[in-house]
Amino acid sequence: MVDARGMVRRRLGLRLWLSGGWLVLLALAALLAPWIAPHNPLEQDLFTSRLPPFWMAGAEPGYWLGTDSLGRDVLSRIIHGARVALIVALIAGTATMLIGATLGLIAGYYRGWADMVISRLIDIWMAFPPVLFAILLIAVLGTGLTSVIIAIVVIDWTRFARVVRAEAMAQGAMDYVASAQVAGQRRLGIMLREILPNVLPTIGVLLTLEMGIAVIVEAILSFVNLSISSDDPTWGGMIAEGRTALHRSWWVLVFPLIALFLTVLSFSQLGEGLKDRFDPVLR
Amino acid sequence: MSAYLSIRNLSAVLKGAPKGTPRLLRSVSLDVAAGEVRGLVGESGAGKSMIGKAVLGILPRAVQVIEGEIWLDGVDLLRMTPSERRRRIGASAALIPQDPMTALNPSRRIGPQITDRLVDILGWTRADAEARARELLDEVRIPDPARVMRSYPHELSGGMRQRVLIASAFAAEPKMIVADEPTTALDVTVQKQILRLIAQMQARHGTALLFVTHDLGVVSKVCDTLSVLYAGKVVEDTRVRDFFAAPGHAYSAALLAATPKYTDPDAGLNPVPAAVIEAVQAEVAAAEAAWRKGGAHG
Repeated sequence: MVDARGMVRRRLGLRLWLSGGWLVLLALAALLAPWIAPHNPLEQDLFTSRLPPFWMAGAEPGYWLGTDSLGRDVLSRIIHGARVALIVALIAGTATMLIGATLGLIAGYYRGWADMVISRLIDIWMAFPPVLFAILLIAVLGTGLTSVIIAIVVIDWTRFARVVRAEAMAQGAMDYVASAQVAGQRRLGIMLREILPNVLPTIGVLLTLEMGIAVIVEAILSFVNLSISSDDPTWGGMIAEGRTALHRSWWVLVFPLIALFLTVLSFSQLGEGLKDRFDPVLR
Repeated sequence: MSAYLSIRNLSAVLKGAPKGTPRLLRSVSLDVAAGEVRGLVGESGAGKSMIGKAVLGILPRAVQVIEGEIWLDGVDLLRMTPSERRRRIGASAALIPQDPMTALNPSRRIGPQITDRLVDILGWTRADAEARARELLDEVRIPDPARVMRSYPHELSGGMRQRVLIASAFAAEPKMIVADEPTTALDVTVQKQILRLIAQMQARHGTALLFVTHDLGVVSKVCDTLSVLYAGKVVEDTRVRDFFAAPGHAYSAALLAATPKYTDPDAGLNPVPAAVIEAVQAEVAAAEAAWRKGGAHG
């Protein structure tokens, strides 16, 4: 019994360590980008264009992951691109959580007309194709980081609202809520003090998932050139540029794709790992 | 009115049900005097829990009270505004719930779950409330109350949790407690202890207790008076002593006869006879028809 539990702990530990480690590394890279990036990510040099990564013939020292068709260093651009990715993940993820979870909590616990309104809104939202919706929103708001963040929040709040609503409904039917009600607690107090702590692990997992999704949405928008100005390096933008010269310089596309993949995977694994650690029911 | 709790002609229906749908509670009346233990028995779905929930103001959203009065300590709860009722119930009534596994919030420590009401509704200081909680936990014979108050519910066994819930129910010295099948979810060996504990606490604190159960054996041990419910209607209201001597209603008698006996394991089971069911159903239907004719209830 004790041994089995110990083994489970270790396995979870590894998942948390790997995903958390990658995200910490990424955060450091983003924070320290101007100092640790080997080159200026915007600097073009046609004499060093399409250099392959370090292990291939014809690689130049100092250009670890090669260069693109304009001679810009891929590693430096990935490091700088991490800034946009992480800013979007943190701000858009958190804002989406605050709005979506609040509405979901109100709908799931108060029910009645509030639930009617919020649930119908969710239904309407779900009927829109999300990427199209995002492109439409950016077209209205104009490009730029703020627009990207607003677009993600506007599109994705339903993800939190739906799940949190269902969870709050389930918790609301528990006897401890009835007891709190008999004890004379106000509805708002019960929602915040009794329901919210039990929904929090779910919200946490959703938040990390949402951060991963925000990174993907930002990449999609920069892929179609609707994110921030095209001069600044973004992973989606790099993938779009790399696509055109895939047969001659695959590394321009593949490395930012790997960074994107690892980041999104890490966010979701981090969420799962934290849930296993902190969910009071599983604890 | 001498009774502490007095329910008069309470009728409830399913919200949004078409006209003519049978009521869930059919003109229920019962009294519980201070210090009295009234048993509320009936089959599943007879409405016994619903009466308790109506008293405590925690009826499910889908249930609507359409008439009647619930007098608690001289005021009619159904004539109060929701916030007045909330404070009134919070200050004078409590619940001992059925399932100790879901009746404590899993993500909060035990201590605050007991002291919340004392601090928020009765205005005690936190230190006083905690001292009181320790005292009560000690009274329900929980070892090391201070440690238990710092624990989370998952660290306690089912029997311990039910003790905590009993302590919590008595903490604010309510004059009225509704116990909703408090031993059903427990292990048989623990049931007896908990039952004895509730009876002791009730006697010591002089609380009026509405005891919802389907177990006539439990009724014979803890209750003074008894209401037998069938399909939302009270078919018998009697003293427990009289009931076990001679049930006043054919249905009650059949229910009593259906109780399995430890002393005679070979006797087999005595289900309530079909004729008795038909008779009581006819009685309920007749009462329903009379009720419809009496008022303009649609």
